[in-house]
Amino acid sequence: MIDALPLTAIPPEDEALRDDVKRFLVEALADIPAEVRAHSWTGFDAAFSRRLGEQGWLGITLPPAYGGGGRSAFARFVLVEELLAAGAPVSAHWIADRQSAPLILKYGTEAQKRQHVPPICRGESFFCIGMSEPGSGSDLASVRTRATRMDGGWKLSGQKIWTTNAYRSHFMIALVRTSGTAEDRHAGLSQFIIDLSLPGITIRPIEDLTGDRHFCEVFFDDVALADDALIGAEGEGWAQVTAELAFERSGPERLYSSIVLLDAWVEWLRSQTPGDTESLRLLGRLCSHLAVLRALSVSITGKLSRGESPVVEAALVKDMGTEIEQLTATLITDMLGRHPDVSPPPALERMVNYVTQISPSFSLRGGTREILRSMIARGLGLR
Amino acid sequence: MSESTDDLFADSVERLLRDQCTPAVVRAIEAGGDPASLWNALSEAGFCDALVPEEHDGAGLGLAEALPMFVACGRYAMPLPLAQTAMVRGYLARAGVPLPDGPIAIAPAATVASNGAVSCHHVPGALVAHWVLAAVGNEHWLLPVADALRTSTGIHGSLAADLSWPTVPASTLKTSAPFDALAAGALVSAAQSSGTMARIFDLTLAHANRRVQFGKPIGKFQAIQHQISVMAEHVAAARMAVELAASGLGFDPDPLRVAIAKGRIGEAIPTVAAIAHAVHGAIGITAEFDLQLYTRRLHEWRRAYGSEAYWYERVGRARLASDATLTVDFLRSATAARPTTGTAS
Ligand SMILES: Cc1cc2nc3c(=O)[nH]c(=O)nc-3n(C[C@H](O)[C@H](O)[C@H](O)COP(=O)(O)OP(=O)(O)OC[C@H]3O[C@@H](n4cnc5c(N)ncnc54)[C@H](O)[C@@H]3O)c2cc1C
Repeated sequence: MIDALPLTAIPPEDEALRDDVKRFLVEALADIPAEVRAHSWTGFDAAFSRRLGEQGWLGITLPPAYGGGGRSAFARFVLVEELLAAGAPVSAHWIADRQSAPLILKYGTEAQKRQHVPPICRGESFFCIGMSEPGSGSDLASVRTRATRMDGGWKLSGQKIWTTNAYRSHFMIALVRTSGTAEDRHAGLSQFIIDLSLPGITIRPIEDLTGDRHFCEVFFDDVALADDALIGAEGEGWAQVTAELAFERSGPERLYSSIVLLDAWVEWLRSQTPGDTESLRLLGRLCSHLAVLRALSVSITGKLSRGESPVVEAALVKDMGTEIEQLTATLITDMLGRHPDVSPPPALERMVNYVTQISPSFSLRGGTREILRSMIARGLGLR
Repeated sequence: MSESTDDLFADSVERLLRDQCTPAVVRAIEAGGDPASLWNALSEAGFCDALVPEEHDGAGLGLAEALPMFVACGRYAMPLPLAQTAMVRGYLARAGVPLPDGPIAIAPAATVASNGAVSCHHVPGALVAHWVLAAVGNEHWLLPVADALRTSTGIHGSLAADLSWPTVPASTLKTSAPFDALAAGALVSAAQSSGTMARIFDLTLAHANRRVQFGKPIGKFQAIQHQISVMAEHVAAARMAVELAASGLGFDPDPLRVAIAKGRIGEAIPTVAAIAHAVHGAIGITAEFDLQLYTRRLHEWRRAYGSEAYWYERVGRARLASDATLTVDFLRSATAARPTTGTAS
């Protein structure tokens, strides 16, 4: 498995996209300060997402017949890398673009594809992920939210939590139980596309420790769902959600959560008299890790573009990537504190504090560090 | 060179090392045994001239194509400076210097005292090399090791040593053709480390599946699984780091790419070695068990030709000196596909 990640070059036709994206971002982000951009892919701006849609940059790998760009996984890598490097506010469309639309195209009916994918590609329809529940975090198969068959559809009851952007999304794709009990584990689970404007749904944002509101509690109180809310096959939810998580984990967003902070620190170092070798060493360390992680990530993109599903490799890169994202914040803090008599700009201080405080989430969202390491171990033949 | 010839080369290296560079042979040479038979097999196979241009009767490979040989040297705990010899012969041939016989080591640095005495500190493979290449001012000297005072800097079994000569020996070859000997040494040590780590990983995985405690293989315990997963991450990163460092078709190592690789791998080494030993338990620190052949080399390679403290600082300086506003742009230009440099002279 370890030998199976060859050095891979991004093809020139996909690399060619980069300059267009850069030019667009210089103009589109001109008024957004670095401090705001440091929120990386959790920054929400619906108008910005629509502008990306107008550029043809949402659903860039999806078939043109459904409004997508029909381009390769490498084109998406280039686009996403530039968006993250610039700290563009991509959160509104992020989940729909990265995992909901590919999921719908893979498992949906023709009608579901026609209904959902084109508005996603226009940046008009935002999605959230309803997996976690109060009693089901890492142990996702234990979900209790239940959909029961009734005339002409389903009745949904239960609760989701940590649902990013639920209060500002149009739809949720939820994993729920349709038969059996939590003890049946992987059997009896199904996925639904839930219109969040339906009666019986209550959504409450949860404030995080930095004062931001992104994730939510979502309550379903006998919500009536139409037949066509079911996506894929009844009882196949576990296999589908596993495929969905593979989309979630394989992109470059797992390296760059702290990159805006890193660049702000570089700018600060440049303004200082040179010679702080400890800072230079840390800068070199972070750059070296990122260079290697980026090459690994491009290699995984190569596998995706060949139609492979490099699940274990993606877990490996995500685990290393989140560790470096977290170290970036804590070690830059240490370097800024090396000279108590020197005062960096307040905006840089706020930025490093923000990233430090939020960085525990980097190795929770999308599967915790421990869960990823267990997946890798299984991939290696342990267990 | 097409992909299939590439594979043929890698396969022939693999086959020869598997047969000739066994743990028993490694131990014998480390104990002071005669390395001539292994060395003759390597040179007869043409491996020493892998990087020598075809017009000088070499295989004419570039760094990227020779990389599998360097990595294989690490995997088989090669006790002779084969990779260094191949690098130096590639350089000397391009510089028009007649190629000497025998293994060649690379000195990380050299000092020439006012009384004419020459010394080189911590040279890997010094105890089995015939020659050592050292940068002196703007020149490169090929010094005869037989004339040197050798002081071991390694532990039991190590072949590293300090070398010193009271005066410059008469048989020293000198050339002023440019060469980054430190980067070349760093590249071969990083590449061999990556191969050594892969071997250590295989040993550790096998041990975890075989050793039984509390009625089950220790690989069933989550604490062990997670440590081995972390090791797998470092091994994968190390391999990619050296692929990046050697990428392109040319011969001259790119110092920034080498810096990234040597730094990243240097950082990984203590973790990989520590996990391997932790998982193996007491058996792992015996002389008889093979693990020590590999972990000992890792620690030596980490120290040689600059540790991560040195190379990371160089990467940091390069980042700060670059025009790029975005680190991502710096990373892209640092690792972009390089054009063929062919046979630089
Ligand atoms: C910013 C953010 C956004 C999120 N967005 C969403 C979203 O949009 N939709 C959604 O569904 N969820 C979302 N989540 C939830 C996320 O998926 C969960 O936090 C994650 O799966 C872990 O679950 P938990 O928080 O309940 O922790 P727990 O599962 O309770 O884990 C707590 C600790 O126990 C460890 N642990 C658990 N099981 C094991 C085991 N078998 N072996 C070893 N250690 C174990 C974990 O690794 C962790 O260290 C989000 C989380 C965050 C932080």
